Amino acid sequence: MTENNIAVKIDHVSKSFRLPTEASTSLRTTMVNYFRGIKGYKEQHILKDISFDVKKGDFFGIVGKNGSGKSTLLKIISQIYAPEKGAVTVNGNLVSFIELGVGFNPELTGRENVYLNGALLGFSKKEMDELYDEVVAFSELEEFMDRKLKNYSSGMQVRLAFSIAIHADSEILLLDEILAVGDEAFQAKCNDYFLQLKEEGKTVILVTHDMGSVKKYCNKAVLIDDGEVKVIGSPDDVANQYSLDNFARVISDKAEEAEEVEKIVEVDQLTVKMNSPEIITESDTIDFDISYKVLSEIESYIAFSITDVASNAWIYNDNSFDLMTEGKGKKSFNYKVKLPMLNSRKLKLQVSVRNGKNEMVAFASSENTPMIIIERTDVKTISEKDSATGVINRNGNWRVGL
Amino acid sequence: MSSKNWILLKELVKTDFKLRYQGSLMGHLWSILKPLMLFAVMYTVFIYFLRFGGDVPHFAVALLLGMVLWTFFTETTGMGLTSIVGRGDLLRKLSFPSQIIVVSVSINALINLVINLGIVLILGFINGVEISIYALPLIPLLLIELYALALGISFILSTLFVRFRDIGPIWEVFLQAGMYMTPIIYPISFVADAHPLIAKVMMLSPLAQIIQDARYLLTSSETATTWQMISNKGIAIIPYLIPFIVLLIGFSIFNKSAKKFAEIL
Repeated sequence: MTENNIAVKIDHVSKSFRLPTEASTSLRTTMVNYFRGIKGYKEQHILKDISFDVKKGDFFGIVGKNGSGKSTLLKIISQIYAPEKGAVTVNGNLVSFIELGVGFNPELTGRENVYLNGALLGFSKKEMDELYDEVVAFSELEEFMDRKLKNYSSGMQVRLAFSIAIHADSEILLLDEILAVGDEAFQAKCNDYFLQLKEEGKTVILVTHDMGSVKKYCNKAVLIDDGEVKVIGSPDDVANQYSLDNFARVISDKAEEAEEVEKIVEVDQLTVKMNSPEIITESDTIDFDISYKVLSEIESYIAFSITDVASNAWIYNDNSFDLMTEGKGKKSFNYKVKLPMLNSRKLKLQVSVRNGKNEMVAFASSENTPMIIIERTDVKTISEKDSATGVINRNGNWRVGL
Repeated sequence: MSSKNWILLKELVKTDFKLRYQGSLMGHLWSILKPLMLFAVMYTVFIYFLRFGGDVPHFAVALLLGMVLWTFFTETTGMGLTSIVGRGDLLRKLSFPSQIIVVSVSINALINLVINLGIVLILGFINGVEISIYALPLIPLLLIELYALALGISFILSTLFVRFRDIGPIWEVFLQAGMYMTPIIYPISFVADAHPLIAKVMMLSPLAQIIQDARYLLTSSETATTWQMISNKGIAIIPYLIPFIVLLIGFSIFNKSAKKFAEIL
């Protein structure tokens, strides 16, 4: 890969902020602190040695939890912040949209705001003259352009700002969660715009925490966690890792609440071990071991359910009621199942142990609640893609005419 | 400066200019009315009641001229002071040289100064002032000197204001003191008669030098200038140099801190 193919090169970038420990920014506190030897701030490392390349034509996703440093990274790429260590090299003309309609002034007319916004984004008056009619037409605000912006509804303002954004013709585009705003019709427009960008082969860097859009638009993505690159590669890898991280957090929160209710411990050391990989195709076998230790003289059996994460609905249950065990000691089971009828879904395996009276005596903790991600391999055509959004894969037959 | 930045500067100046008298009934007519009304007030107070500058020829016009130049200085530095903080929303979300913000504010004040000077000139003609033959080449040079001083100080103040908001009130008091230490509302002869040395020190201020030079060129050749009052020319040149040194220092201080503005704001 030659250097010419790289649009943006992020080379060992680190950044830390000084968070003031005192709220005031006055001369007095600064001087007092100086003489007392108090620093008055706390160093916080936001980005730690980040390196990756964005190639020309990439639709590149930057993903991360809130506070992971992804917005700071975006600002460094946009050259709003200077990196502390390392360097960012941008090869080409870059326009960034941290926010829509930056610098919009309510006292100016729509037309004046378009030109002001254009100048702020780095376009000349001539370039804006050429774009102006298209911008206005797309925003559908022809008759309002000579009115002051303060008389626009907020929806109209967003439309105008977005229209400028998408007509901003630049080699590299940086977008920060613009998708998160606007109504359904607006989202649809965004969708069309992104698909169009993708088709044109523009270099786009999208910062978001919406995995759906990453999977939909990006051909490459990076997951930033706690200021470091956690995963870089295909959007699916990144999206799955991201979902896994978030999911683990939610479950551990819930488990902590539930544990307080438990009183008498009859069953201990319940562990679930996956033998099959985390990400499987529709033809793979889901294979796992369950073991637990019974502490008192009770009958016990296992009940588990496979839950669809997105809808939180049970889609598959089974139990070992007919293989009831008796007495104390370590019990272990293996289970194998194929679920070829399922579409690409994220599933979680929730295991519990029950006694002979059908009462739950133990349930698996968060580290023993594995994720199962099914990625179908046979979804290729438009028809297949469109029908693959439900839980169960289509299995019917069409006949034309009656 | 690249063409991109010129365009942005132009847009920002245009916007500020449009918004200056936004919502007022007479709009930009105020640019002319304000100095005229100010002149009426000053004439009544200082000439009619206080009878300052009895023996100074065309004192009324000289007074207004001094006031107009001083107003430019306070306006540029006052607006320059808050300019970076005021535009923090842009700096946090867009990447462009922040110098443009300070320059655009100063250019707006400069536009105002040119309008005001035009009015002073007209009033001067009516008053029958004595205009020097050197006025045409020298007045622009004086304006450049004044602009350099105001811009240089604006760069320093706006940088400091990002970190220390205390600079706001401090500068306000400083300007008030500066106005009384500069021969604007009183002729320099008031001081020179009683304490010649203090008068000489006062004339080392670039503002006093600029105002007195402008009066010399535009109202009367009897005006005392720094050049005349200080016989040692090596010292007399100091006020002419200060503005450009201030501009250089101000610009370098600003440039050093500029890349951190987005983070602090």
